[in-house]
Amino acid sequence: MTLLLALLAAGVLTFLTRLSFIALLGGVEVPRVVVRALRFVPPAVLSAIVASEVLVRDGKVELGPGNLRLLAAAIATAVALLTRNVFVTIGAGMAALWTLQALLAP
Amino acid sequence: MIYGVLALGAGLDRVTAQAMSSVVFAGSAQLVATQLVREGTPALVLVLTIFVVNLRHALYSASVAPYVRHLPLRWKLALAYLLTDEAYAVAGSRYARDGASPAPRSPCRHWYFLGAGFTLWFSWQLSTAAGVFLGAAIPPGWSLDFTLALTFIALVFPQLKDRAAGAAAVAAGGVALVAVGLPFKLGLIVAAIAGIAAGLVVEGRRG
Repeated sequence: MTLLLALLAAGVLTFLTRLSFIALLGGVEVPRVVVRALRFVPPAVLSAIVASEVLVRDGKVELGPGNLRLLAAAIATAVALLTRNVFVTIGAGMAALWTLQALLAP
Repeated sequence: MIYGVLALGAGLDRVTAQAMSSVVFAGSAQLVATQLVREGTPALVLVLTIFVVNLRHALYSASVAPYVRHLPLRWKLALAYLLTDEAYAVAGSRYARDGASPAPRSPCRHWYFLGAGFTLWFSWQLSTAAGVFLGAAIPPGWSLDFTLALTFIALVFPQLKDRAAGAAAVAAGGVALVAVGLPFKLGLIVAAIAGIAAGLVVEGRRG
């Protein structure tokens, strides 16, 4: 129930964000620093999530070669740079993780 | 579809998963939300994080505002709801092609926007349902939660167009690791703010 309410609140906030300048009739000039800052939201958010998903296991940072997800993510990164294709990247990354798990897991 | 599978993996039930797709209607924010739900994040932090992830939509709003200012309120509300990354990419490039003048030279362009937005909305609902359906059939041993990181790896590189964006990404990633221990899973918000600040600093220095 709390979760549903939270999602509702998040939905309303997202809607208001999208409505913000449309509702202001475009008559208001957006401060330049805001426009500049908004450009950095996607790279910042995406990489923060990737870092915590790949490098953190059970609340601890794992940088060693024992972290199979780190190896698979490195392969996926190479594929992402070469192909620039989301689906190919996901496929390659999952294939890499499954292969590593099969080879190295006890 | 990936979102649907991950949502079930995080312990959301089918109805909640589908509800999030129609209420929030924002791909990356929903994927982040599933990760936070999985880790048992407090509701307030969940809401705040989704808000930060979706802040970029304010930029789209500012960008299309001149073109929709002549429309009645119900049109503005509908178009605002449908204003996702993809809808903005389609409608925004149409407006740009028609030239900067918001004059109603082609008075039906908002139908184009609405059509694009609704098509995206409909396929998003369908693919969520497909993912929710599939997710129930996939065993947890397959590590499908890793697709979240992979999706974002693929999405982040097109964003790194210059050094400032690169600095934002590196700073946010680094702070995310340092901030792992922060209470209430606030690490993501702190990391995002640090990344945005780093981007502004690097850009400002260059001129």
